Amino acid sequence: MRAWKLPADVDTDQLAPGATMKHSIEVTARHCLESVRPEFARAVRPGDVLVAGPHFGIGSSREQAASVLVHMGLAAVIAPSYSGLYFRNAFNVGLLLLTCPEAGRIDDGEALAVDARAGLITRADGGTLHCDPIPGFLLDMVDEGGLMAQLKQRSTQPTERP
Amino acid sequence: MSSAATLAQKLVARAAGRDHVVSGEIVTCRVDLAMFHDSSGPRRLQPMLAELGAQLWDKNKVVLVIDHYVPEADDESRRIVHIARDWAAEQRLPHVYDSQGICHVVVPQHGHLRPGMFCVGGDSHSPTGGAFGAYMFGIGATEMLGVVTSGEIWLQVPETIFMQWNGRLADGVSAKDMMLAMLGRHGMNGGAYQAVEYCGDAVRALGMQERMTLANMSAELGAQAGLVAPDETTRAWLAAHGAPQIDTAPWHSDEHAPGVRYTFDAGTLAPQVALPHSPANVCGVDELAATRIDIAYIGACTGAKLSDLRAAARVLEGRRIASHVQLMVAPASVRDAAQAEAEGVMRTLLDAGATLLPSACGACAGYGSSIPEGSTVVSSTARNFKGRMGAATAQVYLGSPFTVAASAVRGAISDAREMLAGRAQTGTGEGLS
Repeated sequence: MRAWKLPADVDTDQLAPGATMKHSIEVTARHCLESVRPEFARAVRPGDVLVAGPHFGIGSSREQAASVLVHMGLAAVIAPSYSGLYFRNAFNVGLLLLTCPEAGRIDDGEALAVDARAGLITRADGGTLHCDPIPGFLLDMVDEGGLMAQLKQRSTQPTERP
Repeated sequence: MSSAATLAQKLVARAAGRDHVVSGEIVTCRVDLAMFHDSSGPRRLQPMLAELGAQLWDKNKVVLVIDHYVPEADDESRRIVHIARDWAAEQRLPHVYDSQGICHVVVPQHGHLRPGMFCVGGDSHSPTGGAFGAYMFGIGATEMLGVVTSGEIWLQVPETIFMQWNGRLADGVSAKDMMLAMLGRHGMNGGAYQAVEYCGDAVRALGMQERMTLANMSAELGAQAGLVAPDETTRAWLAAHGAPQIDTAPWHSDEHAPGVRYTFDAGTLAPQVALPHSPANVCGVDELAATRIDIAYIGACTGAKLSDLRAAARVLEGRRIASHVQLMVAPASVRDAAQAEAEGVMRTLLDAGATLLPSACGACAGYGSSIPEGSTVVSSTARNFKGRMGAATAQVYLGSPFTVAASAVRGAISDAREMLAGRAQTGTGEGLS
């Protein structure tokens, strides 16, 4: 996976611009992050990761700011901190967020490998960066494709609840 | 373990069906009220509910407010609003407010929020409900689906950050200035998704709508919830809005409750302004005195409630806005607009040269109307992210309604205090707003 570096304070209105909110996620995807990295929407490839500064996802509750990244195939976001509301939305739509205090050391375009359950990021030079632990039920949610997928599964297999 | 609990812990414990909760633990809470609007609500929920074959857990606990895409400006807006209206009719939702104003203001104005409740809203400014001593926070549409199908939501019990405001605000300085000062000091994630409780003499002295301004912008502070302990002011307001005889006694933080405490002096607070493009990029109004503006915007749940309209009118009474300035006023609710009309506040704004816009979210989030490219704007709204109001090249400054009105008159960012000198300080009560 290839890293796209972003600054601190990337907000929901940059990820999912308000003017696109009445349209489909495809339209939002064309304008995702255009005010920060205009080439991103065209050049991003499935499996890439965003590596951002602190406070990623501040602003609105619009979950398109997270689901647009799932739609574009992003594998994860790596940042030292997130808006709490964005954090919940991301896992609910199946987007993995890794809280990595040393995210700033990662270079733009660097090839990374991520082990979410171990909380480890392996850098291009083989070095590793540690991430804060994530509650197991949230990792399960991402693995299963988000809350909607989980609810669908439960509605067809009405067994135990967490 | 100390038995002293914070207001936030008490609210969460009640919703979790527990005697007490410990900050940091994850609990499941029963939801007393789920609020959503036309943008985050039916258009997203209806297809997911249909796909699951699921039903709303309790229609009486659901409130739909159609406020983002009204009045409908184009076909896409019409489509979204139609989905909301059709779904509300099909579901026979008992609580629907269509084109009545902005959800965070309309919901309490119709008696839906009371101290002790645990509520979620499909909008980031949902912490506004904390002004009433309810635990209320914003969630996205998928999480709302989880709530409306189960009536429950998980929560990590928050720590509390006490923002204690001592002393008394000067005339022309308001809750918005208090919040901008807190943002300047703590930044946009200073709330760390914990609970913020606003307290102290200066907070207790605020009317309900000013308290709502504080709670509302808890979102900008990055807090999950922003609370004000309910008191006699809360009781009186609720009694006038369909929720009489409320018991507020249980809903306060105990003395020695755990938490971090920051203190602020209201008496020395000057009007604050946030510079482009962050609400935390804050300085005193005097540092910007020569900044010429094109547009003055009084709008949004944050900055166009009756108390905000009255503040602007006090500055604008007998004055005209500068000839190169456009002053736009989008009252936060139809009810607030009607009350402003009845007491002459609206007349004052219009006589000063204001243009009246519909009571809806409007240009605040660039959903409906937009501000012009290249313009310099001073706005009473909550966010000035680059491009948020629909124009990437606009320079948006945030200030209180006092500051916006004073700036409209002078044509440049201005301190309202000098323009209020000698004017009677009336209308601090909030009547039936």
